[in-house]
Amino acid sequence: MSSVSIQQLGVRMGAANILEALDLSVHEGEFLVLLGPSGCGKSTLLHSIAGLIDVDAGSIHIGGQDVTWADPKDRSIGMVFQSYALYPTMNVERNMSFGLRVAGLPKQEISRRVERASKMLQLDQLLSRKPSQLSGGQRQRVAIGRALVREAQVFLFDEPLSNLDAKLRTELRRELKQLHRELGATMIYVTHDQVEAMTLASRVAVMRGGHIQQIGAPGEVYAKPANMFVAGFLGSPTMNFIRGRLGEVSRTGVRFHAGAFEATLPHEVFVNRPPLNAEVVLGVRPEHITLMPASEASPGAQVTLVEPMGSHQVVWLDMQGQRIAASINLPEPPELGSSTGVVMDLTRACAFNPATQERL
Amino acid sequence: MPPTRRGRGLRHAAAYAALLPMVATVLLAYLGTVAWSVRVSVSSSRTLPIGDFIGFSQYTRLFASERWMLSLENMALFGALFIVGCMVIGFLLAVFIDQRVKGEGILRTVFLYPYAMSFVATGLVWQWLLNPELGLQSTIRGLGFPNFTFDWIVQQDMVMFAIALAAVWQASGLVMALMLAGLRGIDDSLWKAARIDGIPAWRVYLSIVLPMLGPSIGTALVLLSVGVVKVFDVVVAMTQGGPGLASEVPAKFIIDNLFGRANIGLASAASTVLLITVLAVLAPWLYSRQRSRQHEGAHG
Amino acid sequence: MSAVIHTPGMPTALPAARRPRSLLRPARIGIYAFLIVSAAFFLLPLYVMLITSVKPMEEIRLGHLFALPMKMTLEPWAQAWFTVCTGLQCEGIRGGFWNSVSIVVPSTIVSIFFGALNGYALSFWRPKFGNGMFLVLLMGAFVPYQVVMFPLVRAFATMSLFGTLPGIVLIHTIFGMPVMTLLFRNYYTTVPRELFMAARIDGGGFWRIFMQLMLPMSLPIIVVAIIMQVTGIWNDFILGLVFAGREHLPMTVQLNNVINTTTGERLYNVNMAATLLTSLVPLLIYLVSGRWFVRGIAAGAVKG
Repeated sequence: MSSVSIQQLGVRMGAANILEALDLSVHEGEFLVLLGPSGCGKSTLLHSIAGLIDVDAGSIHIGGQDVTWADPKDRSIGMVFQSYALYPTMNVERNMSFGLRVAGLPKQEISRRVERASKMLQLDQLLSRKPSQLSGGQRQRVAIGRALVREAQVFLFDEPLSNLDAKLRTELRRELKQLHRELGATMIYVTHDQVEAMTLASRVAVMRGGHIQQIGAPGEVYAKPANMFVAGFLGSPTMNFIRGRLGEVSRTGVRFHAGAFEATLPHEVFVNRPPLNAEVVLGVRPEHITLMPASEASPGAQVTLVEPMGSHQVVWLDMQGQRIAASINLPEPPELGSSTGVVMDLTRACAFNPATQERL
Repeated sequence: MPPTRRGRGLRHAAAYAALLPMVATVLLAYLGTVAWSVRVSVSSSRTLPIGDFIGFSQYTRLFASERWMLSLENMALFGALFIVGCMVIGFLLAVFIDQRVKGEGILRTVFLYPYAMSFVATGLVWQWLLNPELGLQSTIRGLGFPNFTFDWIVQQDMVMFAIALAAVWQASGLVMALMLAGLRGIDDSLWKAARIDGIPAWRVYLSIVLPMLGPSIGTALVLLSVGVVKVFDVVVAMTQGGPGLASEVPAKFIIDNLFGRANIGLASAASTVLLITVLAVLAPWLYSRQRSRQHEGAHG
Repeated sequence: MSAVIHTPGMPTALPAARRPRSLLRPARIGIYAFLIVSAAFFLLPLYVMLITSVKPMEEIRLGHLFALPMKMTLEPWAQAWFTVCTGLQCEGIRGGFWNSVSIVVPSTIVSIFFGALNGYALSFWRPKFGNGMFLVLLMGAFVPYQVVMFPLVRAFATMSLFGTLPGIVLIHTIFGMPVMTLLFRNYYTTVPRELFMAARIDGGGFWRIFMQLMLPMSLPIIVVAIIMQVTGIWNDFILGLVFAGREHLPMTVQLNNVINTTTGERLYNVNMAATLLTSLVPLLIYLVSGRWFVRGIAAGAVKG
């Protein structure tokens, strides 16, 4: 009923192909996050779904209906912008009812819908206030309320939290997640902040250069990235990448050599059969690295920098020529310049083809 | 060691000293002259100021003067035409240019260049254009419309329209520039939200944009109104107050009485009336701006 | 809100027809039509001025305002510049041109200097009476000249400044002070106060900070101020008429004399040439610096 289906979408701006042959299927009731750096096309995709940008190829279906050429107002969507775009000279009630009044709905119906939406969003005490008299969270709710009263099937969010300070951002993030649970509506959300993506999404679509690199549940995309870009984009600090070469294959795993560093990669690391003696990039997340006193089992490393984060520490190490980061939780952080041993949980590691950057 | 009080006082002394010219200007050139004018207006001064006090008789004489009353009427008529004309044309021009038309830069240049010309030049050009024998009237007649009349400039009851036409030509560009600045300050996402809400463009302008332009409109109105009260150059250049006294305006009345007819008492009374009119326009506007700023600050 | 038709399952086989573009066409045409007609209205006087000024009088007497000259001549321009009568003398309007220059240049410099100084003192040093004084000064920008004129005339006469060049420069400074101070004060509020405090810590005093830090930083707004003042003072009529004295009458006053006080036949082509000559300087400034011009209007008009 409120699923969104995008087929072979192409959008050009001037001479540049922003989106090319893009396919995306948004399930009913899910919270899909379009995640990516600036310029990756996520906003363009969102605006195309909304009908604010004309497409040059492909089709868009919302709720089974072809809306490729429909006006934004006929697509049964609601949109929340970065600045919320509330009409500043109207109070909350008029902000929410304006579209309905223009459409000529009977007064009873309008007040019914406004009442329902404002109750759901806890705005009923604020109906006579103007946007300038509202807090950030209240403004966000009014923006959502505007979409709610139109009985939208799909809610679109264009980086609504980007302008806010950190504290407000986390608060509104929680409100949004709560709201999604209550409404059960389909929501498509654009952001460049991977924390927002991870916490809010039921599925994440990581985008780059106009293409979807990977789409899946946050946990899956985090643990099993499809390529180096996705691996590096999610997670803070970013995944450690170590260039090396594969060696002997044995029952326990595949040998990996990177200069003086050697390890055995268990077979779970690889998606397919690893090519023999190939050059690979080993990816290990900082939180999968622990520090131990140096020994035979754990290779030695020098501590070059320590960043205390409060709940944990990020320790930067020089491990036999490779610079890696470890995310650890010790009562006493290691001293600068001290030597320590490094233990990696390689069952959670990934290997990538250095040329294609795809996961092996 | 904390700075001595004397040291701090010395540093600020420079600031006070530097502001002395401004203080002098305010006190002497503005407040002082106004006080002086008001003082003269209640005396029987003619060519030179006389120190007597005759109450409000200058004012009664003023309002009994047919010429003064006519000048006030003319100013009111001109004011209405000028303000309405400039606001409507300026707003429409701004809205239409804002539609992402091609050649926006050129159009803006064309609409605003009259403002760079002096009022005198404007008056003189339009005097020429509206010349009945050799200007627009005769040209259109020559093109085959023998009954075309456009001799406002020599008609007593139409001459203020002619002056208003010239003034609107000059000042609409200013209103356009102000409105355009206001329009450009409107967030783009507001337009997108309205599109998604299904609101047609004209309705957006009416119900959303126009209220948001309140401050710009207020500024434009005040600037235009002050221009109305001060109108002098264009009248002198275009019609010299004629035909007869048909285009007499208060500013000209005052100048004539100050220098030509050597009746400074009467002129001062007229000046004071003019000043009160200006303050009457200014005060509510300044007050409303103060209030709106406080209002925003309280809830910001 | 129109309900979306729910066709569960399969999307429609063919994409819906492309939204007809022609709906937009009439509106677009209407917009361009309005703008072009308005542009014609605004350009008309300029066009007429130009062609009238290069027509010989025989053609003008034919009464065809818009017709292009059959026989173009620059004679009217020469006459306007060199020989036309501006009152008692008949030496053309060039005298007025140089008068205007000699009025505009010092007036601009002095009024901008004081505007910057006042703006600087008010926004960084914040003396106690500052705001009050500033408000009264601002209201002075709206006061009609006639109200303050006669007392100033008397005062200047007693100081032997009436009808002199320094006198008219002082007048323009006084009348320009409100807007100039407003301009600079608003500009300085956008300069971070930390800069000023850093300079104080470095040991700078009032004048040093002004001359060596703030003034050089104010270049953008100085440009705007120059444009506003040059245009405003050049185009001024009434102040020049009253205060400039016979030897220093600005071009606008002389222009009015030329056109409205000549006896005998009116030479319209010479009149138009003279008008164009008088408008040349501000028009050129406007054409060259259009963007800054608009910025000046916006800055000066948005009070506070």
